Amino acid sequence: MSGLALSNVTKEFGAFTAVNNIDITVPHGTFVCLLGPSGCGKTTLLRMIAGLDLPTSGAIKLDGDDITRVPTHKRNLGMVFQSLALFPHLTVGENIAYPLRIRGVAKEEQKKRVDELLAMIHLSGYADRPVSKLSGGQRQRVAIARALSISPKLFLLDEPLSALDAKLREAMQVELRQLQQKLGITTIVVTHDQREAMTMADTVVVMSKGEIRQAASPIEIYRRPADTFVADFIGSTNLLDAEAKGGAVTVLGQPVSGISLGSAAKATLSVRPEDVHLTAPGNGALSGTVTFVRDLGGTIETFVDVAGRQIVAVSTPRARPDVTVGQPVGITLLPDVCVVLAK
Amino acid sequence: MRREPPQRLVDYAPIAFPAIMLTVFFVIPFATMIAVSFFQRQQGGFYIPAFQLANYERFLSLFFANVLGFSLMLAIVVAICCVLLALPFTYLLARMSRKAQVVWLVALLSVLSLSEVIIGFAWSTLFSRTAGITNLLVMMGVMSEAKALLPSFGAVLTGMVYQAFPYTVLVLYPAIVRLDPTLTEAARTLGASPLKAFFTVVVPALRNTITATLIMVFIFALGSYLLPQLLGRPQHWTLSVLITDQAVYQSNMPFAAAMAVFLVLVTLGLVALTAFVGRKGEAA
Ligand SMILES: Nc1ncnc2c1ncn2[C@@H]1O[C@H](COP(=O)(O)OP(=O)(O)O)[C@@H](O)[C@H]1O
Ligand SMILES: [Mg+2]
Repeated sequence: MSGLALSNVTKEFGAFTAVNNIDITVPHGTFVCLLGPSGCGKTTLLRMIAGLDLPTSGAIKLDGDDITRVPTHKRNLGMVFQSLALFPHLTVGENIAYPLRIRGVAKEEQKKRVDELLAMIHLSGYADRPVSKLSGGQRQRVAIARALSISPKLFLLDEPLSALDAKLREAMQVELRQLQQKLGITTIVVTHDQREAMTMADTVVVMSKGEIRQAASPIEIYRRPADTFVADFIGSTNLLDAEAKGGAVTVLGQPVSGISLGSAAKATLSVRPEDVHLTAPGNGALSGTVTFVRDLGGTIETFVDVAGRQIVAVSTPRARPDVTVGQPVGITLLPDVCVVLAK
Repeated sequence: MRREPPQRLVDYAPIAFPAIMLTVFFVIPFATMIAVSFFQRQQGGFYIPAFQLANYERFLSLFFANVLGFSLMLAIVVAICCVLLALPFTYLLARMSRKAQVVWLVALLSVLSLSEVIIGFAWSTLFSRTAGITNLLVMMGVMSEAKALLPSFGAVLTGMVYQAFPYTVLVLYPAIVRLDPTLTEAARTLGASPLKAFFTVVVPALRNTITATLIMVFIFALGSYLLPQLLGRPQHWTLSVLITDQAVYQSNMPFAAAMAVFLVLVTLGLVALTAFVGRKGEAA
């Protein structure tokens, strides 16, 4: 199979297991995001793929060849570090040419390739600048160009955009995705920002405590989270306690119809805020009291207290709910938007 | 933080103490030495104030030129050897565990506490025929018969490199520890073997530190006057040996002072040249 395949990869630091028994396949040309909270082992996993750390057990294959123990410099990778790690003693052009120089590519060819890459990252004419004279976004692009200069088999990035301010970060996410699609290069990005993962990835791999919780397309992860951790980590959601007693299902202690918990007696319902609809009191499945309205202009968030639990409903200004604080409201729960998760 | 330029005399008060120390312990002795270098020597070890260039004229002979040349060459070779050894050593040291680093640094500091005399005698024993390291080689069957390795240039060089090595490591250490370790990792992901990464990333990124260290060890080695006598032949004696000889044994202070002033001037010239070349290299 062409692409990257990890099987049973585990990494232990002494008694601590940073990465536990991970299987991932990344088909050639796809964009995968490793997503998870800080300390969940994303960087460790990426470093093993790069060969900077050796797995305690398990195998890593690239295009069918076992590369688990191949030294980093023979893997033909491009990697962008969180700190970028641009060489301070080299100019922009020399940084980008470094992988070519190391491989003994002829000078004229190096120059041609550097010009090509500088044009690709919209920095033509910057070849002779020292890297210290660049802005954060420009350094970011130079680090990306340097990693791509040999047209690597694998493109790895560790939180590449975390040092940029919010606006620039969003723009770079789009740019990075477009670049990856244009080059058709197999790419793995580590991030703890779910928006970033949703923007760029073909496949999002959600990790927690060294394990994979779910690996699927962004929309699948958003619509069909595998467990409460994924549901809560990706976007925001309302997690509601549900109970089944003799065929009748109650949510937050109030009976609802049309929802099945399967064979479980207790479960958690995940409902996205945009799927929570407010109606007149007594009309909906649940009833509660409005406690706060956050009007952000573009969206309106209504906070409703139901039996001591807070439920958030998001709506657009067009569908603005006609409610005020302290007013009793009903909440409609449509069965097809409620995801039933094991407790 | 905003700093205003000093306005009144009182604003200079904080630098008064260092200024006084510098004057008492550096400016006055050095000025005295310059003055003495022009004085006239009297038989019996005294000198009288005068202004004559005889001391400097005497110095401008082929003999002293050779000694000066040898001294500079020796100091340069010591500086280069020390940096060549200490650079990879310190690089590996900085990557060891905290505990191992402390042990090594304490060991190096203890070498620093040894005086030149002790180092000299220790090495002259180690290089001797009767009790030296060649006996070990004979026991291992590498050599057929023990022999003396001194006096020789190699012995002088070994002793001086041994003496200057801890200084070199201590000067390189802070810069190497501060060097971002992801730089070498980045080089490796970009296709450089660890050795290539060391030479194409670590060494160039430390260029200024390496230049500064070379200058420091060079100056340090220039002042060594016991090791060349203990471990070398007379042709391995440095200018510092001759200065000591003139000042202490020949009681010719004016001539010793003239040589010392000359040595300082030549050293300053070389250091300035190195700094200038370094600056140009950076601009290019
Ligand atoms: N070299 C190491 N030695 C010991 N523990 C480590 C080492 N590297 C990482 N860890 C631990 O492994 C866990 C995962 O780290 P990391 O992969 O950097 O997380 P992430 O990138 O997801 O934030 C962390 O708890 C971290 O403390
Ligand atoms: Mg990380």
